[in-house]
Amino acid sequence: MSTPQLLFKNRRPGETVFIDGYKATGGYQGLEMALKDSSPEEIREQVKESGLRGRGGAGFPTGFKWNFFPSGAPGPKYLVCNCDEMEPGTYKDGVLLAADPHQLVEGMILSAFALQTDVGYIFIRYAYEQQADYLRKAIAEAKAAGYIGKNILGSGFDFELHVHGSAGRYILGEETALLNGLEGIRPNPRLKPPFPATRGLFGRPTTVNNVETIANIPHIITGGALWFRDLALTPGSSGTKLYGLSGHFNVTECFELPVGIPLREIVENYGGGIRGGRKFKACLPGGASTPYLTAEHMDVALDFDSLEKVDSRYGTAGVTAFDDQTCMVAATFNLINFFARESCGWCSPCRDGLVMVRWLLETIDNGQGTPEHLEMLKDQLKNIAGNSFCALAEGAMGPLAGLLNHFEQEIVDHIETGKCPFRK
Amino acid sequence: MAQEEKIDQIGLLEEEELAAFIDHACELEHPREMVIDVLRAIQKNHGWVPDEGVELTATILGITPIEVEEVATFYDKIFRRQVGRFPIHICDSICCWSNGGEELAEQFQKTLGITFGETTKDGLFTLLPSCCLGVCGQAPAVMIHQKLYGPLQLDDVDELINRLRREASA
Repeated sequence: MSTPQLLFKNRRPGETVFIDGYKATGGYQGLEMALKDSSPEEIREQVKESGLRGRGGAGFPTGFKWNFFPSGAPGPKYLVCNCDEMEPGTYKDGVLLAADPHQLVEGMILSAFALQTDVGYIFIRYAYEQQADYLRKAIAEAKAAGYIGKNILGSGFDFELHVHGSAGRYILGEETALLNGLEGIRPNPRLKPPFPATRGLFGRPTTVNNVETIANIPHIITGGALWFRDLALTPGSSGTKLYGLSGHFNVTECFELPVGIPLREIVENYGGGIRGGRKFKACLPGGASTPYLTAEHMDVALDFDSLEKVDSRYGTAGVTAFDDQTCMVAATFNLINFFARESCGWCSPCRDGLVMVRWLLETIDNGQGTPEHLEMLKDQLKNIAGNSFCALAEGAMGPLAGLLNHFEQEIVDHIETGKCPFRK
Repeated sequence: MAQEEKIDQIGLLEEEELAAFIDHACELEHPREMVIDVLRAIQKNHGWVPDEGVELTATILGITPIEVEEVATFYDKIFRRQVGRFPIHICDSICCWSNGGEELAEQFQKTLGITFGETTKDGLFTLLPSCCLGVCGQAPAVMIHQKLYGPLQLDDVDELINRLRREASA
């Protein structure tokens, strides 16, 4: 079987495609078609019809998000692309931009036209400076070709696009923290409502979308909403998805595959099994904040709805595998350590709760845990989830919930034997 | 020009850089959005951001030093203390951890004779833990001046350090 390659159509190892190569395979045709033949409403409708859901982790339907946007309101409005991509196990946007930056540029122009925003920002993480350079070059090329600027292709539509570099910190991926970061103020998340669609960047209506989400827009315009829906393998899903493989797989690369592909295919066909001839024990299916799947989930389809049914999440589809020698207490400690350190400190469930969870896991992993520690872990899970100011602490509870759901016996073994059963 | 020399007293930005930042700040409706750009430029030239850099950024953007400081101290890739010429960010997130990241971090500490947060006596290297660097398929990885290295074997550490030493003395 082979999946139609949309996002990775122009991807070749070690190469970056710029405007000539991009146009040679149909690039900017969607933009030319749309600006000539379609109204902004028609494009928004097509995106809604396509069933595209946000690729940055939350999976909110893009068409619905765009419907909240007051595209007819007077005055400045902004389109912001979230390329913060800092959740451990997630590297797909980096791969996409290193291969084919014009896809995001065309997607930004098309999305801006659909939303009638005249200024766009691509907010990009510190470690992706190479990709930021590619984007700056692609934007300059698009400007020279008349795709960015005043009266684009004679349509009367104006659009400017900027690249905005960051300086580290995972919280910037939270959309309101990102907006504060863009404005140059301390990037704590903002209280919602008001949502960014009403009051976002500089107090103006703003839409924030992920890189892969926006890169899909040109393909939806040229291929059509129904075609895009049919690319997925499961009912109710649509499109392809970039799956970034990591951890103990034999192959740790990024693949474009259908939404709804079963876990087994990822593990056996694309990941090439587990290295060293070991067995698959568990995986994070979509980044550090998604509850573990285990060997009993091999036939679960990887899509938003199917993963929710097994108490996990599709997230960003960055799949991190763990072999049968992995201590899941230690793995969860590592994950919680990340979230605790990256907490912005704004609210106490996150600032204090995550540190408490980290200490509990460390104590248990060191063989000094008691049954009370296990109870305290469960208590923290109950009290942190749903009580934090933004989604960071909520996400941190993903791996803890997975640990308690699937590997409680491992915690008990640590407590009963007074040591980690996996440490030599 | 005299004015510009006065605001950048210790030469943290190139003359043209400073002029370009001032011009850009005058053009923008919200010049404050440039704060990370200016801090990153100062750090690129000077290696880190001293108090004078915070004050210079504030002057360029027309905000107070504390407004710059509260942004500068939020980000782990902006250094408000002196670091070595090559700050080495070692990823300690899950994918690197599952591929020998802890052993790699130990190897760096052994080779350089320092622990995390310290700088070698010759002023060349600082070791810093970092969260995920976004190259999870090439774990374990480190980042030096926005350049990513991975996957690194333990044997690669000596060679990498020696190469950077040669670069420093060239």
